[in-house]
Amino acid sequence: MKRPNILRIGCGAGFSGDRLEPSVILLEKAELDYLVLECLAERTIALAQKRKAQDASTGYDPLLEKRMRLYLPLLKKNNVRLITNMGAANPIAAADKIIAIAKELRIKIKVAAVTGDDVFDKINKETIALETGEPLYKAGELISANAYLGADALLPALQSDADIIITGRVADPSLFVAPMVHELGWDMNDFNVMGQATVIGHLMECAGQIAGGYFVDPVKKQVEGMAQLGHPYVDIHTNGEAIVSKVNGTGGVINLATAKEQLLYEVTNPHEYFTPDVIADFTKVQLQETTQNCVLAQGGTGNTKPATLKVSVGYKAGFIGEGEISYAGANALARAKLAGEILYERLHPDFPELRIDYIGYNSTHRTTFGDVVEPYEARLRVAAKAADATTAARIGEEVEALYTNGPAGGGGARKYVNEVIGILSVLIDRNTIQSSVTFRES
Amino acid sequence: MKVKLYDIAHSRAGDKGNTLTLSLIPYNEKDFDMLCSTVTADKVKAHLKDIVQGEITRYELPNIASLLFVCKHALLTGVTTSLALDTHGKALSFALLEMEIDNLQ
Repeated sequence: MKRPNILRIGCGAGFSGDRLEPSVILLEKAELDYLVLECLAERTIALAQKRKAQDASTGYDPLLEKRMRLYLPLLKKNNVRLITNMGAANPIAAADKIIAIAKELRIKIKVAAVTGDDVFDKINKETIALETGEPLYKAGELISANAYLGADALLPALQSDADIIITGRVADPSLFVAPMVHELGWDMNDFNVMGQATVIGHLMECAGQIAGGYFVDPVKKQVEGMAQLGHPYVDIHTNGEAIVSKVNGTGGVINLATAKEQLLYEVTNPHEYFTPDVIADFTKVQLQETTQNCVLAQGGTGNTKPATLKVSVGYKAGFIGEGEISYAGANALARAKLAGEILYERLHPDFPELRIDYIGYNSTHRTTFGDVVEPYEARLRVAAKAADATTAARIGEEVEALYTNGPAGGGGARKYVNEVIGILSVLIDRNTIQSSVTFRES
Repeated sequence: MKVKLYDIAHSRAGDKGNTLTLSLIPYNEKDFDMLCSTVTADKVKAHLKDIVQGEITRYELPNIASLLFVCKHALLTGVTTSLALDTHGKALSFALLEMEIDNLQ
């Protein structure tokens, strides 16, 4: 640690496609001990497993190379350790890729790849999925199963002299909890401490979202400098107090309102927030704005840790076909609705779950509230599922055919077909999971 | 006097499978008690009747003067397989903020 008894962790990515530059600023100016990049959503890993099945040397995050070329020199220069789940479906291949880039850049680096989350061979297809209440096999062809590992899986890697720790599926907060346990000597069996560590990880894991990203509103929540939005770092004291902040001069804001929004984000029960490390309680968390762009978080607690780990199971869920076409000017919405009625007649017999929305009117909330002013323009959107791509393509084809077979003045037709990878969850006994670490050096 | 929740509070939506989470955070912490008494789970369920098919549970977090609504069966099966335009339901925070309440203060 660069400061006595204070651990500083930055978060430079909250999802796979996050912006590249905020991490550069964190690495250059924040005097970090650790940089965490959280890049793995539920479905992302299933898609990565699909890529790996086609080519065994792939299956890691698509932006890995771009990020590493940019960050490796700065990580080395400023002595910052990197923790990331960009390994996705193939952490060892990701480590090999990082080493190849490091050699090219003539940077000496050691990478630790954490594996053990891939439990595809251990999953019983008869297991009941939490979402559907039905056995997994009924969902369709299964393509991946990844257990959420906890902070303990990262500790052997952290205890080594590796500069980069790259993982597959690890619970997002655990990416932060692990360096806290390692550097501050925290006891993983002290569940109040783990609860607070998880609160800190949860506040940080979405990067820009605690700094004004996904928060700003031009009327009620004005935030300056959004184009230069800074990503956060947190100073963690040995007593568990954490101060979330960002680099001076970056855009955005960190205040009570941004911290509250992030604390409750994706929480389904604030009394029991499940991670592999702890069942955390967020209801005693205290947030306090200490100075400008600094929020103190304390009071996270916990009781125990779950006996099971969650497993995300990917399965082939067919294809979605979509089509869109716009109408503008007099009676735009009425013409769009007529187009929708025509398509309903043409498609509904073969696609009983046909979805018809009007962009500019009711597509985003799937409804409207109160009196709605007639929009100047409206865009018809039609979507349906099909077992194969050819059938799904019919949706877009029929939308496009409205050009010559539908209402007047339709324009900007677009059609899409996408394969759908569904995700179901099951629980697995944590004792059946054995993680391991593989090292690579340049 | 009727006010929209948008005028006095902010919200962020989150998703876990087919479950939608909606925070409700008053700009002024003094409004927390008023929101507790007026924005009940039943009222939110009625407001979001076209969106949420399942049960809505309300959690009160006086420590941060905020409410959290957890809405089951709300996302047309969830992000990976939903036919909705907004598969995550991310924009639904502003559906909650469209709700009108009697501002008693």
